[in-house]
Amino acid sequence: MVAMKVLLRNPRREVDVQGPLQVSTLLQRLEVNRESVLVIRGDTIVPGDAWLADSDDVEIRPVISGGDFGSAIGLR
Amino acid sequence: MKCRVCREPAIIDIRRHNANFCTEHFLRLCRDQTAKAIHDFDMIQPNERVLVAVSGGKDSLAVWDILLDLGYDADGLYLGLGIGDYSDESGRYARAYAATRERTLIEIDLPADYGYDIPGGARAARRVPCSACGLSKRHLFDRAAIDGGYDVVVTGHNLDDEAAVLFGNVLRWQTDYLGRQLPVLPARHGFPRKVKPLVRLGEREMAAYCVVKGIDYIVEECPMAAGNKHLGYKDALNAVEATSPGSKHDFYFGFLARASALFRPEAEGEQAGLAPCISCGAPTTAEQCAFCRLVERAGGQLPADVGPVPVEIGMGASAGGPDRDDVS
Repeated sequence: MVAMKVLLRNPRREVDVQGPLQVSTLLQRLEVNRESVLVIRGDTIVPGDAWLADSDDVEIRPVISGGDFGSAIGLR
Repeated sequence: MKCRVCREPAIIDIRRHNANFCTEHFLRLCRDQTAKAIHDFDMIQPNERVLVAVSGGKDSLAVWDILLDLGYDADGLYLGLGIGDYSDESGRYARAYAATRERTLIEIDLPADYGYDIPGGARAARRVPCSACGLSKRHLFDRAAIDGGYDVVVTGHNLDDEAAVLFGNVLRWQTDYLGRQLPVLPARHGFPRKVKPLVRLGEREMAAYCVVKGIDYIVEECPMAAGNKHLGYKDALNAVEATSPGSKHDFYFGFLARASALFRPEAEGEQAGLAPCISCGAPTTAEQCAFCRLVERAGGQLPADVGPVPVEIGMGASAGGPDRDDVS
């Protein structure tokens, strides 16, 4: 059975998910907070209400980075 | 899902704005929000020379790109941290972007130029890696800006960074830190001006900006940062944001508007007693600055052209803090 390939990061791994389903449903199913990721189909960002098909290659890309704590508080 | 501006298909929903945007109007939003931050906080004047601290990640490459599109004269500064493949890869992204825009990228390599790397330096100085990294970055960005005649240093700190730091400082009531968590640190006491033009934009928007503009950046998290407190604070705030969009914005900008000034006198009191470091001349409250102590403990050395030439130290009030031990 053909399934959608979904790439996850940190750690990098790939999971198969049965479509069709909406982006928001995919994120709920994978228990991913939508505030902390972008969903990219091919090389295009897709919004929460977009439908994903079994033939799609999808990346769930984390957007949170560690940052430089000291600079943010104004340490010189 | 339709773009709020033109009703064409949207590519991104931004819940704190209760709006969706197409490619064209999303890019315009990013430019407009950056320009508004620069204007509202008086960050950069026209014709000033700008130095962007570039890591190869989404935020620093995005802010560099936006500043260039807004017409600023902005060069980049990349610091090689010696963190194995991560540093090799992040450097490639920084160089590739600079080449694409035909802009100058100044490079400093910690192992080659100073004789230590972040993992080794952190161990030797008994600091956590993010602390050694932040200390090294701040010192070398300041130095490069002053030596290169730049008017202002730009960093890619975004709304999520600022809200997470504020969250951590409020949890522990770090009142000295609260007094200087500002979008602009003025050029005083021998330090260059430092500004954060992305404070009105979240990191999800910055990642989207890079994808839309075709800017390749390092997606993997720094291996040294895994599991640090800062990431935990961001997770906590994103959980709040998921059920109450706009919370991070209100938290940070409410602090700036209503509380920041209350903590400023304590931060300004720390400006007393600055003197040139005996090793490198940078302003410090100790005999030798924290960076030079780190280099010594790590078994490194200052480059031959860096000596104890004092940087001019004024005595005006500043929102910035002196060189001091970092926390992380």
